[in-house]
Amino acid sequence: MASSEEIFEKVQETLVDALGVDDDEVTPEATLIGDLGAESIDFLDIVFRLEKNFDIKIPRGELFPENLAVADSGFVADGKVTADGIAQLREKMPHADVDKFAQDPQVSKIPDLFTVDMIGKFIASRLG
Amino acid sequence: MRWYWVDKFIEFNSGESAKAVKNVSLAEEHLHDHFPGFPVMPASLMIEGMAQTGGILLGEKNDFQYNVILAKVPKVEFHSWACPGDQLIYSATLEDAREEGGSVKVVATVEDRLVAEAEIVFVHLSSDDPQLSRIDQKNFVFKMNLLDILTVGKAGTGESAS
Repeated sequence: MASSEEIFEKVQETLVDALGVDDDEVTPEATLIGDLGAESIDFLDIVFRLEKNFDIKIPRGELFPENLAVADSGFVADGKVTADGIAQLREKMPHADVDKFAQDPQVSKIPDLFTVDMIGKFIASRLG
Repeated sequence: MRWYWVDKFIEFNSGESAKAVKNVSLAEEHLHDHFPGFPVMPASLMIEGMAQTGGILLGEKNDFQYNVILAKVPKVEFHSWACPGDQLIYSATLEDAREEGGSVKVVATVEDRLVAEAEIVFVHLSSDDPQLSRIDQKNFVFKMNLLDILTVGKAGTGESAS
């Protein structure tokens, strides 16, 4: 089984190729959208590259769930994700830092759940 | 101008690879502006031709049930020119194909000369997707009878299927 350092290095390389960023920008805490400038279309490209680089299959929506806490989901009130919504996030994104998000669960901060570390943990769980 | 940036397919291996031809001609209006006295096929239109080749390869794998949209060109490198009289061959290989979209690698050559290499990512949208109305028609890989150029047999013989 690959060590977490080896996984991180490969994830870093994947993101450098997919997003055209420098490797020193790809820290574990970096958010894909806010820090690394990923757009929605980049997520598909990242999934393709991770599958190839790690020789795994990533079914649709498992790494990057779609339609999280959208307005009509019933999981949003006053611009914040409700307790039920947070429970759903924990279920759908077990590798994201939902605890930190739950301290100030603004809908606009959902994209910050997608971090380099989250990808690394997801991959580790697949390889493990 | 018609948005056809390949002239015909010369090979088609369903779900695997395809080769298409683009004949560069001095009759093409834009070559006189790109550049005056130095006509060369614009790199952006080579990308379009490579995307049409790869996009049809991906679309055909799914029996054209999705609208295949050119979404991203993660990598493209140009190594030389394509001038009037040159015959560009776009050789596409299907790298990934899944429900959400797919990706291809395409190499452009003129005879033995390497002209360009690209990786291209496509997404699928169904015809009733509300996002579809926001998309410029030119992002479509196949519309406007572009499929007419797909008249080659699937055995890769280059013989017409019709």
